[in-house]
Amino acid sequence: MRKPDVVCAEIPSRADAIANARELGEPEPGMLKWTRICRIDEIPRLGARVVRRGVAPNIAVFRTASDMFYALADRCPHRGGPLSQGIVYGERVACPLHNTNVELDSGCAVAPDKGRVQRFMVKVEADFVYVDLEIQADGNH
Amino acid sequence: MKTMKLVCVGNGMAGVRTIEELLKLAPDLFDITIFGAEPHPNYNRILLSPVLAGEQTLDEIVLNDREWYAQHSITLEAGKKVTTIDRVRRVVVADDGTEAEYDRLLLATGSNPVILPIPGNALEGVLTYRDIADTEAMIEAATRCRNAVVIGGGLLGLEAANGLRVRGMDVTVVHLLDSLMERQLDRTAAKLLQNSLEARGLKFLLPKQTSEIVAGESGSVCAVRFKDSETISADLVVMAVGVRPNTALAQAARLHCSRGIVVSDTMQTFDPRIYAVGECVNHRGIAYGLVAPLFEMAKVCANHLAGFGIGRYPGSLTSTKLKVTGIDLFSAGDFVGGEGTEHITLSDPVAGIYKKLVLKDEKLVGAVLYGDTLDGAYYFRLLREGRSVTDVRDRLMFGEANLGDTGHLGQNRAAAMSDDMEVCGCNGVCKGAIVKAIREQKLYTLDDVRKHTKASSSCGSCTGLVEQLLISVAGADYSAAPRQKPLCGCTDHTHAEVRKAIRDEKILTITDALLLLGWRTPNGCAACRPALNYYLISTWPHEARDDPQSRFINERAHANIQKDGTFSVVPRMWGGITNSSELRRIADVVDKYAIPTVKVTGGQRIDLLGVKKQDLPAVWRDLDMPSGHAYAKALRTVKTCVGSEWCRFGVQDSTRMGQELERALWRMYAPHKVKLAVSGCPRNCAESGIKDVGVIGVDSGWEIYVAGNGGIKTEVAQFLVKVKSHDEVLEHAGAFLQLYREEGWYLERTVHFVHRVGLDYVKKRVLDDPEGRKVLHERLLFALKGEPDPWAERASGIGRQEFESLEPATEAAL
Ligand SMILES: Cc1cc2nc3c(=O)[nH]c(=O)nc-3n(C[C@H](O)[C@H](O)[C@H](O)COP(=O)(O)OP(=O)(O)OC[C@H]3O[C@@H](n4cnc5c(N)ncnc54)[C@H](O)[C@@H]3O)c2cc1C
Ligand code: HEM
Ligand code: SF4
Ligand code: FES
Repeated sequence: MRKPDVVCAEIPSRADAIANARELGEPEPGMLKWTRICRIDEIPRLGARVVRRGVAPNIAVFRTASDMFYALADRCPHRGGPLSQGIVYGERVACPLHNTNVELDSGCAVAPDKGRVQRFMVKVEADFVYVDLEIQADGNH
Repeated sequence: MKTMKLVCVGNGMAGVRTIEELLKLAPDLFDITIFGAEPHPNYNRILLSPVLAGEQTLDEIVLNDREWYAQHSITLEAGKKVTTIDRVRRVVVADDGTEAEYDRLLLATGSNPVILPIPGNALEGVLTYRDIADTEAMIEAATRCRNAVVIGGGLLGLEAANGLRVRGMDVTVVHLLDSLMERQLDRTAAKLLQNSLEARGLKFLLPKQTSEIVAGESGSVCAVRFKDSETISADLVVMAVGVRPNTALAQAARLHCSRGIVVSDTMQTFDPRIYAVGECVNHRGIAYGLVAPLFEMAKVCANHLAGFGIGRYPGSLTSTKLKVTGIDLFSAGDFVGGEGTEHITLSDPVAGIYKKLVLKDEKLVGAVLYGDTLDGAYYFRLLREGRSVTDVRDRLMFGEANLGDTGHLGQNRAAAMSDDMEVCGCNGVCKGAIVKAIREQKLYTLDDVRKHTKASSSCGSCTGLVEQLLISVAGADYSAAPRQKPLCGCTDHTHAEVRKAIRDEKILTITDALLLLGWRTPNGCAACRPALNYYLISTWPHEARDDPQSRFINERAHANIQKDGTFSVVPRMWGGITNSSELRRIADVVDKYAIPTVKVTGGQRIDLLGVKKQDLPAVWRDLDMPSGHAYAKALRTVKTCVGSEWCRFGVQDSTRMGQELERALWRMYAPHKVKLAVSGCPRNCAESGIKDVGVIGVDSGWEIYVAGNGGIKTEVAQFLVKVKSHDEVLEHAGAFLQLYREEGWYLERTVHFVHRVGLDYVKKRVLDDPEGRKVLHERLLFALKGEPDPWAERASGIGRQEFESLEPATEAAL
């Protein structure tokens, strides 16, 4: 398997990230609590894995064909279907229950469906995927 | 970065549509300039008639307002007519001297009305009917003048005549032949049409040849004289005697023209940098005069302009509707008929209804409907699909509604429904919601409606109804679906084309398929990837590699996902036979994994519902029974009755036959799920009549039925053949299923497959050609050979990752 480049879906560098986060009113990276989830190759390309963190909802960590990683609440905005079980294509996932399509980067359902899924911060470092299991990328707990 | 320059000459329906299609494919490729001789932005020419009749306003028929051009950074040179193309310098020059360079040139100059070569044809008060200026002139004339003469009894002439009559003029239609709209209607329908137009106050003179238009004292027209010297007075004359492709510009540039600018199937003229679309072209000898074909040309042309190079325009079938409110008229295809054709006609002069269908070789080739055109879309679809109508022939005339309920081929009278009546039972969408969405969101296609309302997006049985609503709300001209539907939004290729390419080019991976077939998306979507995956593995068994990420979760996890995210497990029970040790193991598994629900299925086996995903491999291990594939587009169950072993009526051992079939066919993936049944005598307790393959024991052997369906819309299986031995049953059933596997489209059940290709075709392949049958059967056996039991594999630890969730390591912060 081709070794993926180190990709950081949310935070390019610490300094940038802090500046960026302040601007957006998001939590600053210093406050993040990274939890190591798995090795990169434990998530299939165009697939996802579920992280159980003790409280609902579970978190789904997706990997695209171009090795971008995204973490979303594993709960479809339509009727709560497990997005982690859907088909991943491009930068989207199709819910397995009624085919609502959700954008992985924004968490928004693709029109004409409506709704939004909580996003979580992800970083990839030295072949491992880390997620902040508590703080949502939108800043509201 | 925009590196290339595209100039479009002609700011009409075909040209602008091509630009729209192009922007969808390659928004940034070109700097675009559009020249239009008319001073308006692009408008819907076909709605000029409702404007003339006062039913719509000019503002309402604009398709692309000026803002649209600005938004897409398109330079609009409205009111400028291009007079020269310099093909050496690659520049076009307009009548006011404006120049524009091009790398690609698109000609969409439309056509010009034919003007009769008779004295007086240029007098004031003589008009043609083509554009906004003509329409405005007619509206203005109607306020001043009394007597109008319309020359030409075709579609345009009649629409013009009707509009002028509605505006209060005294209108006479003059036609050279003795029958109106002779290119679209047979005599009977034409006569009915003439009667109802006469009832609205139109006068007709036919057959009649015009010889001169006579000027009055003021110099403008005052009368029309005919060859037989009869003269009638007229202060407005409208010539609507046909159109001629507008090739003047192309001819001056020495592009090959012959009754239109001659183009190839890729819409290229003889100068490969110059493309042409619309009414101005001659494609394979035909110049089209309706918008539906032009839109198809636009699609192909845009694809080639964008540099994708896929798709050819093979020509179109067209249908016609007259846009005169209150008159329902539809015609399509070869409605006259000739050698080797048969007619079915229905005529009810009292109710003013006339219908004629023309059949050839068991297929519908033409239709004329007058008075009741509700089924026009249905007939046109049959015509385009070219499918055999043998099975529905005796009911064909009564339309789609009479074929049954609202099923795939069925269509109730959508117009008669009230707004709160439900159209889509799967998603609970009523008529009112669909009509509202079509109006407010300006939806034109079935796909749009599916996306916005979810109606018709699940089982599809209400498709006919939704199409009818589209037609009645958005107008027939737009809803005419593309000739054949592309596989999904990622491509223009149809299922048939994709299957063929995979076979001919020996494509083995999804990545190659997406690349070679020029998919618009990097890795497809949730609709096309599963289809492609199936096509690959069914066409190239043991060579193409299955891609789990392109399968729906059920097939990836080998269990059915339930609404709460748990799964259900249905072990295989050969022919519905089980025993105490299997039942004991099932009971133990239920206890051990605290499985909440145990249900006996309709398919004679047992369903364990509510199993957690992570428990699946262990459940399978403890069950130690093969996968029932209840989750897959594959062979599900073979239902049997007890048969001759116990039953006092039984004449054949249906249980053993069923088990033999099931053991031979299990693990067989197919375009959709496949169910079989075997009964031991014609009492048919196993319900063989509603199965994909149903087998019924009779005294002397077995009867085989195919293409039944017990689902949303019950379809009775059709008799295929009677055979003697078990081996023959296995070979015939196998060959039929292999044919379906090889030629069916993904998600097409056998019933729809057989509807599409015709039972005769199936018989030809499976019955009339014993060698071919053997080969089909062998190919099936080859495909299934060595195919593992997915549960046993996973119980032994293969693919563990799919079933395990990740447990976060508790590790330090950044
Ligand atoms: C009254 C009426 C009713 C109709 N009803 C129907 C119907 O019900 N159903 C149906 O399918 N079809 C109908 N049609 C036919 C349909 O409108 C045409 O098939 C369609 O508009 C043709 O599109 P086009 O782009 O090829 O040509 P057009 O729409 O005619 O566009 C060509 C444009 O190019 C411009 N042009 C030409 N030469 C030059 C030049 N040298 N420089 C710059 N600009 C130039 C013209 O001014 C024109 O605006 C109807 C037509 C009319 C007139
Ligand atoms: C005298 C003849 C018949 C006998 C002795 C008989 C007996 C049975 C029995 C014992 C059952 C099982 C009932 C249960 O599940 O509790 C059954 C089920 C059934 N019978 Fe009959 N039956 C006869 C005739 C028929 C006929 C003629 C038909 C159909 C036309 C029929 C259709 C069915 C069906 C559909 C089932 C349910 C099968 C299932 O569980 O999936 N039976 N029959
Ligand atoms: S189909 Fe005939 S053989 Fe089979 S159970 Fe029914 S009655 Fe008996
Ligand atoms: S729960 Fe996701 S689409 Fe319905």
